[in-house]
Amino acid sequence: MKKIVTLALYSLFAMQLGFPHCVLAKSKAVTHPQKKAVSKKTEQIQTVKIAYFTQEQQAPAALSNLDPFIPNKGVEGANLAISDNNTTGQFIKQQYSLTKIIVGLKGDISQEFMKQVPTDTPFVLVNLPAAQVNKLADLPQAQQKLIFDVASIDDGLRNEQCRANVLHLLPSRAMRADALAQWMMKKRWTKWFLVVGTTPEDKLYAAAIKRAAKKFAIKIVAEKNWTHTFDARRTEQSDIPVFTQNIDYDVLVVADEQGAFGEYFDYRTWIPRPVIGTQGLIATAWHKTHEQWGAIQIQNRFFEQAGRAMDEPDYGAYLAVRAIGEAAVRTHSNQMQTVKNFLLSDQFTLQGYKGNPLSFRRWDGQLRQPILLAAPRSLVAVAPIEGFLHPKTELDTLGFDEPESTCRKK
Amino acid sequence: MMKKWLLATGLLAIFALSNAQAETVFVTLEKDNAIAVVDPIAGKLLKTIHVGQRPRGIALSVDNKLLYIATSDDNTIRIIDTTTLKEVGQLPSDKDPETFSLSPDGKQLYVSNEDDNLVTVIDVAAKKSVKQIKVGVEPEGIAVSPDNQWVASASETTNMVHWINTKTLEIVDNTLVDPRPRAVAFTADSQQLWVTSEIAGSLTILDVKTKKILKTVKLEVQGVTAEKIQPVGIAIDKNRRFGYVAMGTANRVAVINAQTFAVEKYLLVGQRVWNLAFSPDQKRLYTTNGISNDISIIDVENQKVTKSIGVGRYPWGVVAKP
Repeated sequence: MKKIVTLALYSLFAMQLGFPHCVLAKSKAVTHPQKKAVSKKTEQIQTVKIAYFTQEQQAPAALSNLDPFIPNKGVEGANLAISDNNTTGQFIKQQYSLTKIIVGLKGDISQEFMKQVPTDTPFVLVNLPAAQVNKLADLPQAQQKLIFDVASIDDGLRNEQCRANVLHLLPSRAMRADALAQWMMKKRWTKWFLVVGTTPEDKLYAAAIKRAAKKFAIKIVAEKNWTHTFDARRTEQSDIPVFTQNIDYDVLVVADEQGAFGEYFDYRTWIPRPVIGTQGLIATAWHKTHEQWGAIQIQNRFFEQAGRAMDEPDYGAYLAVRAIGEAAVRTHSNQMQTVKNFLLSDQFTLQGYKGNPLSFRRWDGQLRQPILLAAPRSLVAVAPIEGFLHPKTELDTLGFDEPESTCRKK
Repeated sequence: MMKKWLLATGLLAIFALSNAQAETVFVTLEKDNAIAVVDPIAGKLLKTIHVGQRPRGIALSVDNKLLYIATSDDNTIRIIDTTTLKEVGQLPSDKDPETFSLSPDGKQLYVSNEDDNLVTVIDVAAKKSVKQIKVGVEPEGIAVSPDNQWVASASETTNMVHWINTKTLEIVDNTLVDPRPRAVAFTADSQQLWVTSEIAGSLTILDVKTKKILKTVKLEVQGVTAEKIQPVGIAIDKNRRFGYVAMGTANRVAVINAQTFAVEKYLLVGQRVWNLAFSPDQKRLYTTNGISNDISIIDVENQKVTKSIGVGRYPWGVVAKP
């Protein structure tokens, strides 16, 4: 009985959102068939077709049970934006559809992409680890599509490995590191002690931190790899004080993207120093503490829909679908090339609830945007920080600017 | 005796004179949950009155006897007596009212419900909601035309102005404008609608008859980056000589020739200038400055900022009562 009620409630909820048929299923494309020729009126409606492509992920080993593992990060942002786009669409006879494809844990993403992404769907949101984005972008089936990378933060994908058919929604590691560096410059905390974790991603994050330090003339006074245990009981008591001893620094920068040990540094270092980086003060595209510039509106709408706070991939997916919507409304087109040209033009500006209008960098397909600097329960600052100037837009003080970009789009 | 009489009449005359000029400015203070009562001539904050959670939109009744104040976090519009400054009633605005507009006859009040994509229509006398109209995502700016024909509602995420017919209370047309439209204002002759777009940094002037764009004015200030130019509040004088646009974080008010649409001047005011209101005689213009916690007074004839008065935290809306 309870099940039926829940199901009924869910259907009601789905219907309200305008997705009568959207039920998440593993390895299955779920579309909303547009019934043809229902009436003359529907024939005039232009449908903008978008797909969302992801793969189930293994829940990572957790540092603690504080934060539950969220399996559907990303898709909820796309859902919300589709509903926003359709609200706009009703006034101008446009309809937005979302085909969701979720590949199982062991599935082959290239195979599934070829099999399941409909040929008539020109826009595909991809929520996959960085290493897999180009596998899809290079498929022959992807050449006439525009791929929206809604989750990766990899600098390589935006530089030497960049692709002409890929746009990146979330800020890269370099942009994040620059945002932190600007704030540290303002605080004059310019002696950094860098602690690097064991994963390849941690090394990439550390590389971005070093690049930012060089760019803003910050001194990395010490760098150490974390090779100790990940066990709280032992680590916090003895390892960390010893590990941080005999170094004179202003802030400790930790590179631990997985969150395996970074949380242990605050309050346990030998000398009293703040922690920044992947823990402590973080640089992020979105954060639950952010409410300025109308952000509270989208935070509320998202929570009402998803029953949880919005996370970065949700924000990336939201922006991707909204960007498509904005371009399709302005150009009255549902065609890939027209929409893409508009997205990369000077006319395109997207409201991202962060004050400044967002737009795409033409040289690498990166969405230029402000970056939030957040402590766990308060928003500390928003980069670019006042005073860091740029001849074109201060947003381009973050990350790889045109002259330094090594992206040669093919 | 004679001397005394003269002095008395003199004093009386001065009193009468200052009284003739006297006006009261009311400012909603978003973070103080209060309104500030200001004597703008004396340049003084007279008092601060608690009104409810997160007051933002504010309007005067046609006879100036009542104030309507949207207390967003209380999900209601409060009615305050302008003499006693006591609450005398509430209007059912539904969720999160921020901006609203009163019809010229004072009978209807139209509210934007930002979270629900609705415009709520309220019968003021009956204190009842009579209709909810579905609009675009995040409706914000709303205005009733002085000839009471149209309600213009702008939705921030849909980037449209919806034209609502006041007789049928239905949307009859939509005009796409620049990204994130914030405020809308009709000219006194009801022939034009001015719309500010916050993230495009522009002002769009629409022709009411055709619902088409007459002109888009890009606001640019030398030495201020484009991103800081975030136009919000609009005020247009009765004779359509000049229109004024509050430019948000650019900390300026743009003075626009309302005939040619040329920007004639930028006046530096307080930080994050948000909304504008004329004095009843239109000789002064008041601005709310959200971050510097004050209001600026602009001398309209000389186009100069003459004074700023500290009012409290996050001044948002402003009206002036004769």
